Amino acid sequence: MSLELRGVGLRAGADIHIHPTDLVCEPGSFNILLGTTLAGKTTMMKLMAGLERPTAGTVWFGGQDVTGVSVRRRNVSMVYQQFINYPNMSVYENIASPLRVAKIDEAEIKRRVGTMAELLKLSPMLSRRPSELSGGQQQRTAMARALVKDADLVLLDEPLANLDFKLREELRDELPRLFADRDCIVVYATTEPVEALLFGGHTACLHEGRVTQFGPTAEVYRNPRDLVSAQVFSEPPINIASVTKAGSVFRFGQDTEFPASGAFAALADGAYTLGIRPHHVAPTPDGDNPVPVDGHVLVTELSGSESVIHFTVQGETWVSQSHGIHPFEVGTDQRLFADMSKALVFDGDGRRIEI
Amino acid sequence: MNKTHDNKAWFFVLPVVALVAFNAVIPLMTVVNYSVQETFGDNVFFWAGVMWFEQVLQSERFHDALFRQLAFTFTILLIEVPLGVAIALTMPKKGPWVPVCLVLMALPLLIPWNVVGAMWNIFALPDIGLLGRSLNALGFDYNFTRQPGDAWFTLILMDVWHWTSLVVLLAYAGLVSIPDAYYQAAKIDGAKPFAVFRYIQLPKMKRVLTIAVLLRFMDSFMIYTELSVLTGGGPGNSTTLLSIDLVKIALGQFDLGPAAAMSLIYFLIILALSWVFYTLMMRNEQQ
Repeated sequence: MSLELRGVGLRAGADIHIHPTDLVCEPGSFNILLGTTLAGKTTMMKLMAGLERPTAGTVWFGGQDVTGVSVRRRNVSMVYQQFINYPNMSVYENIASPLRVAKIDEAEIKRRVGTMAELLKLSPMLSRRPSELSGGQQQRTAMARALVKDADLVLLDEPLANLDFKLREELRDELPRLFADRDCIVVYATTEPVEALLFGGHTACLHEGRVTQFGPTAEVYRNPRDLVSAQVFSEPPINIASVTKAGSVFRFGQDTEFPASGAFAALADGAYTLGIRPHHVAPTPDGDNPVPVDGHVLVTELSGSESVIHFTVQGETWVSQSHGIHPFEVGTDQRLFADMSKALVFDGDGRRIEI
Repeated sequence: MNKTHDNKAWFFVLPVVALVAFNAVIPLMTVVNYSVQETFGDNVFFWAGVMWFEQVLQSERFHDALFRQLAFTFTILLIEVPLGVAIALTMPKKGPWVPVCLVLMALPLLIPWNVVGAMWNIFALPDIGLLGRSLNALGFDYNFTRQPGDAWFTLILMDVWHWTSLVVLLAYAGLVSIPDAYYQAAKIDGAKPFAVFRYIQLPKMKRVLTIAVLLRFMDSFMIYTELSVLTGGGPGNSTTLLSIDLVKIALGQFDLGPAAAMSLIYFLIILALSWVFYTLMMRNEQQ
C-alpha cells in the first residue's frame, strides 16, 4: 500500500505550519524527512499518521482517502525522540501492548514478542521495567512496540537523537536490517544528512514547512533542485559564493576573479550564487578548476584523518573539509583552494541551473 | 584521589545545629521532661516515670479520640485524593483558562484557617446560614450544633472544600509534566481513555500523589484551628479529635503531665503512620 499526500497543508490562523505538499511514498520504501529543527518534520509525520488533521488537501493510503480517519483506525506506529514506553509495565508487556489492544491470542503474542525481542536484543530484559534499562534499551523497546504490530506505516521521529554516539551508530546499522524484509512504508525524520546518506531510500528536504525536494537520496544529494535543498542536505554546511559573470570571468567579491571555463562558458552574464561543498575546498590546489580563496581562520577541528577548517571569506563563513592534518593557526590569514568545477550554480532566486 | 581530612566543615554546620536545637529539640525535650514528672505548681517536680503514658494509653477517652481521628483522616483521604485527581484530569492543559482555573483552585488554600472555620460555621447555621437553612428548607432535619452526624458531615465537607485544591494542584503538576508524545503513542496503540489513565497518567502522577497523600495525612491528623472554630469538638465529644482533646487536657484542665505524655504518643503515631505510608508507596515504586 502506498501513502500519498495530495496538497496537504496545515495552518493555524495566519501561521503556516506546512505548505501544501504533494508526496508519494511507495510500498516497502524507506523515506527520510531531512530538515533542521522546527523545519516541520514532526508535524509532517503527525499529518501522515492522522494525529493531526490537515487544513488543506487529502491523505490517501492504499488508494483510499483516509483524511480525518482517526489514528486508532489506521495501522500506524511511531517511535519518538524521547523514549516513550508505559512506565509501570515490563518490557514484555510494553512490546505486547499493541497486540493486546488488537485482541490477539496469548500464544501468538508470546511468539511475536519473542521474535521481536530476539531481533532487538531485548530477550534478557523482558521482565524489567523501562526505568531499569539504559537509554538504548529503552529506545529498542519503543521500536519493538512499533514493529511488533506489523503496521503499514512506521514513523520514526529522530529516534536516535537522544542516544549517545556509540549506541546511535549501533542502532543506525541495525535499522535497515529491521525493515529489510517488511513491506511497510518507513518514514524517518532526521536533522543529519549523514543519516540520510547511510539509509539511502528516498529523501525529502524540508525547510520552513515546505518540501523543497523529494527523490532518491543519492539523486537529491547530487542534484539539489535549489539552494535551500543543497543547504539542508550538506553537513558541514555548503559554502556560498555570490559571483557575477562578465564575459569569460567570474568576479567573486572585490579582488578575486577566476575563469568561467568549461561548462560555465555557456552561462549568460549576470549574478549567480555558487554552492561549493566543504570537501571541494582544500589547503592544496586539487581538481579541475582550483581557485585560490583568501580567508581568515576561525576554528580548526582536527580528527585523526581529517581537517575541518572554518574561515571567513568575503564576509561569508566557509568550511573546508580535507584529508590529512592541516594545523592552521586560528586568527591567521590563509589561502585555500576551492574546486569551482564541482560548484553548483544557482540563479538569483536560488533555483539550480544545470550546466 | 587524595581526600582532605579536615574537621573544619563541622563549624559550618553549627548555626543549623543551634537553630534546630532552639526551635525543635529544646521544646521537645521540655515536653519529654513534663511527661515523666508530676507537679503541684510552684515549679516543684516529682519523678513520675511512665505513669502518665500508662494512664493515657489506658484511658477510654484517648481511645475514642484516636478512633475518631483515624475515621476522620481516612474519610477525607478517600474523598479528597480521588476527587482531586478527577478535577485535575478535567482541567485544561493549555490556553487562557489555565491561570483562571489555577487561581480558583488556589483560593481555598489562601484563606486563613480560622476564617475557614468561622465561614463554615456561619454558612452551616440552621437558622441563618445559607447551607443550613437550605437543607432545612429541603426537608432535612439538619443542625450541626446538636446532631453528631450533621457535625461530622459539615466537618468533612469543610475539609474537602479547604484541602482538595492541594491534591488538585499537585496532581495537575504531575499531569502537565507528561510529554504529549505519551498520549500520541497511546492513541496510536489504540488505547482507551481508561487505559491511558491507568497506564500513563496514574504511573506518571505517582510521585506527586505520594506527596499529596502524605501531606494530607499529616495535616488532617493535626487538624485543630478550623475544627475548633466550627464545632469546638462538639456536640458533646462527637467531633473531639486528638488535637482538640490534647488542648482540653493541657490548657483546659492544666494537666501538664498527661498532656505531655499524650503529645509524645500523638507525635509518635503520626511519625509511625507516615513512615508506614511512605514505605508502602515507595516499595511499589521499586517493584
